Amino acid sequence: MKAIRTFALAATTSLVAMVSAGAASAVEIEYWQYIFDARITAMDKLIANFEAANPGITVKQSTFPYADYRTKVAAAIPAGEGPDVVQLFYGWLNDYVQAELIQPLPEATFPAARIESEFFPMVQAMKIDGKYMALPTAVRSLALFYNTRLFAEAGVTAPPTTLAEMVEIAAKITKKDGAGNITVEGITSGMTAQDHQWFREVLLRQFGAVPYTDDYRTVTYNTPEGVAALEFYTSLEQTLGVTSSTFMDEPQAAFKAGRAGMHIDGSFRIGALKDTRGLEWGVAELPAGPTGVQSNYASYWVNAITTKAQGEKYDAAVKFMDYITSDEAMQIWLDTVGELPAKPSAALTDANIADPVFGPFIKGLGYGHATIFADESGQRQVLVDAVSRIFLQGQSAADSLAAAAAAEQALLDSYYKK
Amino acid sequence: MKFYRNLSISQKQVVWAWAFLALPVLFYVVIRFYPTGNAIVLSFQKWNMLGARNWVGFDNYVKLYNDPVFWKVFRNTFVYLILGTPASLVISFVIAYHLDRVRFLHSTLRALYFLPFLTSTVAMAWVWRWFYQPVPIGLFNNFIASLGFQQIAFLNSTTNALPSILLPAIWAGLGFQIIIFMAGLRAIPTSFYEAARIDGVSNWTILREITLPLLKPTIVFLVVFSSISFLRIFDQVFNMTTNNPGGPLDSTKPLVLMIYQTAFSSFDMGYAAAQTVVLFTILLTVSLLQLYLMRDR
Repeated sequence: MKAIRTFALAATTSLVAMVSAGAASAVEIEYWQYIFDARITAMDKLIANFEAANPGITVKQSTFPYADYRTKVAAAIPAGEGPDVVQLFYGWLNDYVQAELIQPLPEATFPAARIESEFFPMVQAMKIDGKYMALPTAVRSLALFYNTRLFAEAGVTAPPTTLAEMVEIAAKITKKDGAGNITVEGITSGMTAQDHQWFREVLLRQFGAVPYTDDYRTVTYNTPEGVAALEFYTSLEQTLGVTSSTFMDEPQAAFKAGRAGMHIDGSFRIGALKDTRGLEWGVAELPAGPTGVQSNYASYWVNAITTKAQGEKYDAAVKFMDYITSDEAMQIWLDTVGELPAKPSAALTDANIADPVFGPFIKGLGYGHATIFADESGQRQVLVDAVSRIFLQGQSAADSLAAAAAAEQALLDSYYKK
Repeated sequence: MKFYRNLSISQKQVVWAWAFLALPVLFYVVIRFYPTGNAIVLSFQKWNMLGARNWVGFDNYVKLYNDPVFWKVFRNTFVYLILGTPASLVISFVIAYHLDRVRFLHSTLRALYFLPFLTSTVAMAWVWRWFYQPVPIGLFNNFIASLGFQQIAFLNSTTNALPSILLPAIWAGLGFQIIIFMAGLRAIPTSFYEAARIDGVSNWTILREITLPLLKPTIVFLVVFSSISFLRIFDQVFNMTTNNPGGPLDSTKPLVLMIYQTAFSSFDMGYAAAQTVVLFTILLTVSLLQLYLMRDR
């Protein structure tokens, strides 16, 4: 009995010694993101490259289902567990900063001036009180997908470059049955899909309105220009009859089924369309407005250093952040996931711009805006309801937009009231 | 041990009873009562799932009272209840009453009526959603259009959407109610019916004077059961309107869906908890009403 006890003691002691010796020579940091296969593969590649370049540091990647992600992060970090570097949606940044879950990036490695000169301008949304809190590896933007087969059938040779051309082509493609029901739509529509982003950051600006003040806390689109933008949007269905928001349940379903000539969607749709058999499609930049204004909506996921990372783990986390925001990492991300690089130097390479699929999205980044949302689904609902009031209750565009502006302002006020 | 030995037999029985009850009691305290209490506390706080929970007093309830969407949702919830419960009860009683007399293929018919109840609500909701689509994919509208009539906007309408969603919900619940009604009908002693026949009473009088009064416990149970299920309706609505949950213009949104959205897309947990407390109060009232109605037996 005594012998066993002595042996156990000796074994424990040596084990402890071994573990602490290991810890002294290598730092392990943890990286968290939600489960999305292509991103996990891309991050594995980045980690392998990073570890090869930094022998003393290992990075452990943990992933969680999207639904649990927020609660897991919130519970782990204050308990001193969980990630040192964490991925989050750019729209959540405010919540994470308020909850003191993430710390500012060090000015020495990430000087604000350098970030502003190297990254696309929309990344400036990550600056709070003069300090950058997080940086993206990849960004996403909108573009116009078009069905080349339907274009050829209608005798259209090139995708539209302006809204007027878009309307004209849509009219040529639209097919209706004897009773006037649409069977092939010229362009898809639906505020419930990406149209609310297109309307907010693109159409409003193209018709001369400004959607929000610079801090996105005050709604400024309730102007005659804003009403004109809304009238243009609803005219596609109501007077021109080239689209129907309820057609085939979802805009992307109609496009995928080859029943729609044009479809505005994000770069994240590329993967799903590539896998669709029998669908022949191309991508073009979003059409320019009546006065030639081009605009786009961009969104991204960012990486940030959590408040859990201290001491040598903090130093390791900074090095890791530096690597995953490098040009090399961004190109790996583009090749693996299909999401666009966040820096012009990585994005605007000749090969990327010439790419028939990625090219239009990448060009859109140069003039893209990232809306700072307080509650993305709530703010989307405001625009969904604005269009529903016009279609289902016969409200005028002016009244509907005024009601939408008031509802959205109330939402923003209640969010920012602390 | 000595303490246990000194107990009387009935005291020992109590000890054993509690020993066996300990596990379910613990389960209920941890899984049911603690979260319930926590939700009530949370309804007086502001919390976005990250960071600290701050006390805000009755702010969430004041906001709820002044929220026009809440009152619309409140109304919708009761429309589901007021249309759904009587309709499902009457239909299931009529079917059960006649099915009870059918001898030919009785089990097969009963199984067919019960089948929808076994089907996953989500799958069923998506199939019905497809039925309701406009031309060229919707089953109903393709049929209507082929007859030369104008399409009907089933889901994209502030007036048609709620009944359109309610219909499959009623249909799916019928099977269960039919089975319960049939069990209730079988439990009525046949001697009552024989006596009535000897007296030469009409079928209508038998139904009114014997069957319905003796079915009262069954009816009360089903009223309460289906009321609670319509007050908690969520799956059908959410799955049939995922593009615009509870829409268009909140015309189909029930309270549970509003709670879900407030909590898990707006991350306003305190406000969602306040809505939950309101729902809890409604359900509690309905249940207490049940106890009151059952009392006179």
